[in-house]
Amino acid sequence: MLGEGMLKGLAETAENFAGSFVSKERMTTVQYPEERIAPIENTRDFPFLIFDGTDPLAGLRCVACQICEKECPPKCIYITKSTDKKPDFVGKPQNYPTRFDIDISVCMSCQICVEVCPFEAIKMDTQFELSTTDRFGGLLLDRDQLSRSNEYYNEIHPTEAAEVDARLAEEKVKAEAKAKAAAEAAAAKAAAAAAAPPAVTAPPKEPIAKEPGA
Amino acid sequence: MSFVAKLDQIFVLLQHWIAGFFPLWLQPLVMIVLGVIAIVAAFPGIFALTTVLERKGLGRIQNRLGPNRVGPLGILQPVADGIKSLTKEDIVPLSADAIVHFLAPLVLVVAVFLGFAVLPIGRNMVLVNLDAGLLFFFAIGASTELSIFMAGWSSRNKYSLLGAMRAVAQMISYEVPLLLSSVVVVMITGSLSTVKIVEAQSGFTGFLPHWYVFTPWGFAGFALFVVAALAETNRSPFDLPEGESELVAGYFTEYSGFKFALFFLGEYLGMFSIAGFAITLFLGGWGAPFSFLEFVPSWAWFFLKLLGAIAFFIWLRGTMPRLRQDQLMNFAWKFMLPMALLNLVVAGAWRFLGEGPLGGWVRWIICSLVLLTAYVLLGRVLMRNQNLGPRSYRYAD
Repeated sequence: MLGEGMLKGLAETAENFAGSFVSKERMTTVQYPEERIAPIENTRDFPFLIFDGTDPLAGLRCVACQICEKECPPKCIYITKSTDKKPDFVGKPQNYPTRFDIDISVCMSCQICVEVCPFEAIKMDTQFELSTTDRFGGLLLDRDQLSRSNEYYNEIHPTEAAEVDARLAEEKVKAEAKAKAAAEAAAAKAAAAAAAPPAVTAPPKEPIAKEPGA
Repeated sequence: MSFVAKLDQIFVLLQHWIAGFFPLWLQPLVMIVLGVIAIVAAFPGIFALTTVLERKGLGRIQNRLGPNRVGPLGILQPVADGIKSLTKEDIVPLSADAIVHFLAPLVLVVAVFLGFAVLPIGRNMVLVNLDAGLLFFFAIGASTELSIFMAGWSSRNKYSLLGAMRAVAQMISYEVPLLLSSVVVVMITGSLSTVKIVEAQSGFTGFLPHWYVFTPWGFAGFALFVVAALAETNRSPFDLPEGESELVAGYFTEYSGFKFALFFLGEYLGMFSIAGFAITLFLGGWGAPFSFLEFVPSWAWFFLKLLGAIAFFIWLRGTMPRLRQDQLMNFAWKFMLPMALLNLVVAGAWRFLGEGPLGGWVRWIICSLVLLTAYVLLGRVLMRNQNLGPRSYRYAD
C-alpha cells in the first residue's frame, strides 16, 4: 500500500536516533582533534624524500635526475642539481639536489613522481594537518622539510617499504658482487701483469673466427 | 483572576500594562506594535533554536553527534552562525539585476512574517482577528513564490533560474491541494476566522478534545495538508528547488552573507507559519490535548505543538530521499487533488449525516470507508507501471 515504505523508513531513522544515545558502537564518527582514527595503510597525500641512516643530507636517495620534475602534471616540483657529487647507498658518486621544493598548494597527490622515480627516493606521506598562516611560503616545502628517514617510511607504509627495502638490498648485493668481481678481475689482471714480463706485450694471437656456415 | 488564568493571559496582560503608559488615542497602535515586536522576536528565536536542533537531530539519525563545539552541547551554534553570516562579504553578481536581487530576500521575509498576523498563538493572542484570516494567510503565502522567482531570475545563473522554475511549478501545483484540504475545516466550522476555528475545536468529550484531526475527513485533510505544506515550504522530500546535489542551492545560489541568512530565515519561518496553521486547523490550535491538562497556559500548548511539528519535519527530512520532478507532479495532480476533492464530499456527508437519523457512529463508518477505499485505490493507480526495484540498463550492463 502507498506509504508503507515511508513508515518503514521512519521507523528505521527513529531507531537510529534513539540508538545513537545509548550505544557507542553505532557512532560512525569520532570527535576529531581529541580522538583520531589511524589512517589506512594506503593513505597518501603529499610526497616526501627518503634518506637512509641518520643524516638527511648524506643519506638522501635523490640524485636530482629531475624525472619527477618533468613528469609532475601540475608542475609543482622545483629541483636544482648540485655541481659536486656524493656517494649514494652503494657507494657510487651521484649528484644530489641543492634545492628540492614541492608546492603542496599545487600538488594534486597523483603519485606520478613516486611511480617514475628510479631511485625509490620519493614516496607519499600521510601527514594531513598542513595548514599554515602563510599560504605561499608556508605551503612551499623545501628539501629539509621534505626529508624523512627510511624508518619513518617503514612506519607509515610497512608493506610497501618492506618491498622497497628488499629491492634495494638486492640491488646492493648485486652491486657489491659486481664490484667484488670487478675488483677480483682487476686484482687478477694486476697479478697477471706482475707475473708476466712487461716486455711480452704482444696480444695473444686470436684464432681467426670462422664465419658460421663457412 | 486566578493564577492559572493570569499565567494563561500573561502576555496579553503585559501588553495592556505597557500600553497603559501611553495616551489613550495612541494605545491601539502601541498594542499592535508590541504584538508585532513579540512575533518578530519569538519566531526568529525559534528559528535559531531549530537550526541547531535540526543539525543535531539529523546527526543523530545518521549516527553522528552533530554540532557540539560552540557552548554547552553546541547550543550556541546559531550565535556563531549569525556572526558569521553578518560578517561575510555580500557578493552581488556583476550581471545580476541588482535591485531585484536585493529586494527578493526582503520580499520573502516580509511576506512570511505577514502570515503570522492571523495565527492564534494563544487564547486572546492573535495580532489581528480577521474574518477572512485563512484567506489572508493563503494569499500572503502565495506571494512567497514571487520573491523566489525574483531571486532566481535576477541572479542570472542557470542554477538559480532552474531552482526558481522548479519552486514555482511545485508551489503552484501544491497550493491547490493545500487550499482544498483546508476548505473542509471552513465547511464544518462555517468561518474563515482562525480564532473561530480554534474555538470550534476547544470542547472535550470525556477527556478527549474535539480536534478535527480525530474525524475521518479531518485526518485525511490533515495528512493532505501536511504533505502539501512540506511541498509548499520546499522541505525534504520535496526539496527539488534547492536540491544541493543537482542545483548547488537552487534559487539562492547567488546569495551570500546576510541575504543568504534571510532566505534561510524566510524558509524556516514559512515552515513555522504553515505548521502553525496545520495546528490551528486540525490540531486544536492552542487547546490542551486532554481536559485534565487545561491548567497549562494556552501559548505553551501552541509552542509545544509547533516544536512537535518541527521535530516531525526534521524526522521526515532525515528519512526521505528527494522525489523526481515527474513523481512530484504525478503525486500532486493524480493523488493529492482527487483525494482533496473527495474529502470535500466526505466532509459534506459528515456534516449532513450528523443531523439525520443515521447520525453518530454510522457516519464514522461511511466516511472512513470511503476515504480508505479511495486511498488504497488511488495508491494502486499511482504505483502502477512504476518500477521501483533496482534499475536495469539496456546498454550499460
